[in-house]
Amino acid sequence: MNNIKRVLGIAVTFCLGLMLASGPLCPQTFAASKEAKIGFALSMTGGAAAYGATQKKGAQLAVDEINAAAGMDGLKIKAVFEDDASVPQQGINVFQKLINADKVSMIIGPTLSNTAKVTDRIAQKAGMPVLGVSNTAPGITEIGNYIFRDSLTEAVVIPHTIKVAKEKFGLKKVAVFYGNDDAFTKGGYHAFMKALKDNGLTVVTEQTFAKGDRDFSPQLTQIKSKKPDAIIVSALVEEASGIINQARQLGIPNSVPIIGGNGFNSPALIKNTGEASEGVVIGAAWNITSALPMNKKFVADFTAKYGNAPDQFAAQAYTGVYIAYNAIKKAGSTTNHKAIRDALAKTKDLDTVLGKYSFTSGRDAGYTPIVQIVKDGKFAVLGE
Amino acid sequence: MEILAQQLVNGLFIGSVYGLFAVGYTLVFGVLDILNLAHAAVFTLGGLVALWLVDTGGLSIWLAFPTAVLFCGLLGLLLDQVAFAPLRQRADSNFSGLISSIAMAIIFESAALGLFGARTVRFPAHTVSVHIWRWQDLSITSLQVEIVAISLLLMFLLTQFLNKARVGKAIRAVAENDRTARLLGIHVDGIIAFTFFISSALGGAAGILFGLYFDSLSPDMGHSIELKGLAVIVLGGMGSIPGAILGGLAFGLSEVLTVAITGTSNLRDAVAFTVLFTVLVLRPSGILGKKKMREA
Repeated sequence: MNNIKRVLGIAVTFCLGLMLASGPLCPQTFAASKEAKIGFALSMTGGAAAYGATQKKGAQLAVDEINAAAGMDGLKIKAVFEDDASVPQQGINVFQKLINADKVSMIIGPTLSNTAKVTDRIAQKAGMPVLGVSNTAPGITEIGNYIFRDSLTEAVVIPHTIKVAKEKFGLKKVAVFYGNDDAFTKGGYHAFMKALKDNGLTVVTEQTFAKGDRDFSPQLTQIKSKKPDAIIVSALVEEASGIINQARQLGIPNSVPIIGGNGFNSPALIKNTGEASEGVVIGAAWNITSALPMNKKFVADFTAKYGNAPDQFAAQAYTGVYIAYNAIKKAGSTTNHKAIRDALAKTKDLDTVLGKYSFTSGRDAGYTPIVQIVKDGKFAVLGE
Repeated sequence: MEILAQQLVNGLFIGSVYGLFAVGYTLVFGVLDILNLAHAAVFTLGGLVALWLVDTGGLSIWLAFPTAVLFCGLLGLLLDQVAFAPLRQRADSNFSGLISSIAMAIIFESAALGLFGARTVRFPAHTVSVHIWRWQDLSITSLQVEIVAISLLLMFLLTQFLNKARVGKAIRAVAENDRTARLLGIHVDGIIAFTFFISSALGGAAGILFGLYFDSLSPDMGHSIELKGLAVIVLGGMGSIPGAILGGLAFGLSEVLTVAITGTSNLRDAVAFTVLFTVLVLRPSGILGKKKMREA
């Protein structure tokens, strides 16, 4: 027994010694191989696993492209993927590991805003740049000057959606229908109300539902009786599907558009609602049919590699890797986190699949969102 | 006026699903004086099995419906054999049966979770062809009519069966007094098992209709109807089948009207349960419940 302990002890000491010895050597090794380590904290298991999986696909595609293009001497990326299990506790462990053990150049992630609110504080304290690629809740980039995100918030997408929809449909009076027991749908509601007021639209009725509701016909019947020009809905995709189906069944015609935010932006919406989804208007950070050549190539490459079309989360993760790579290259160092941060902040008019990309002064995504309409069972561009 | 008519249609429809669900509850309660709390889990499984038969099995809904209903009936037999029959000789079988039915509910629900996953699933498009009738501003879908018709038909058949058929009469005899029934030569255990079969088959049917209309099924969908089913049978009168139907309709209407008037679904359950409370204060035996004539 004692022998085993002694052997173990020696082994541990030996390993520690190696780690200490390799410390000072590290920068030279990096410089020689020209490799930037980027840590990815994504939700591969737990509630957000579906999002994490598509994010990883998008990020991996970008990493592969960059490394192939870098050739022998160019700067390459070494991706370190970690699973935050969709919970803040595991997110903390992952961030600690990426910062202290892997010593990455910067971190992309985490998948959920809820996790980001905790983990990004750790990164800020450690002076580690973080680029969120799917966090849309308020108060993320406010954590500190090392925290960035390329995911457009509802506060940007929604006013734009209302503006475009008003122009295209000549809206005057609308009905508002939202879930009042969920942070995301309530946040969307407040953003919609502000945008409606700013655009001078009248709200004829406000109705609410609760999480897990399946029957929306009483509220929709009330809405129908007010004859609005459009129905503004702040809901996640499951409830949104029920609302759209039941609205059309109750005889609210497709000429009355149902307008939603990011929660609507999923292929599942069209799959769930079929013909009822015709004419649904959705504000979004990215659209698969966008005509940008870069985007067309991304969609084709992604589909060829994984056998399914990318979604918004894949596109944002893919863009995130390019933004990070661009900044690390401009910073001229893979270890100087301050320089990388400054280079990130200076990102301006970078061509990405999302469009011409810059960061706002608040380190949020700065590009024009897209407004889509469902036509013949597909998302099409209504206006920009 | 048309809004009110439309809201009455909405309420009638959801109320008939509640009624169908509650009839299964009340049947078992009437016969055994036991609450079968696994009823909501059978409701869920009914919907999910029908979906599986349509989606994976490729059956038409008209074939999948009776098959899934039969499956739920068999689940009822299993429920009786595993959760209730072994406890029947105990003095406290009412309570122990209640507890073991909770255990069965958890098992069924976990099975649903394991087999079908936690995600919300839907029937494939055009499982049933839906025709929509419009009359001025009033819309009624053929699916709604079918669901109300199927509910009422099943409930009518059940009432006739209990009143006219020999087995139905035997069920009522067991409900009256199982010892006397046994003395009269009725196979009591068989009758109880049969009661569970019918009760669960009706619960499963309610689950399928619910899933078809709202087109959104998940392993936890039973939770939303479980308490309502209980409230409905208390409202209608414990053990009374017409009471369950009436209670279901009253509950559905009160829910829909509450949402329509307040513009929010948050008060829906509050008002429905306040109605229940008021009825209990004014008429403790429920709308159609008989006063207890004698204690057994």
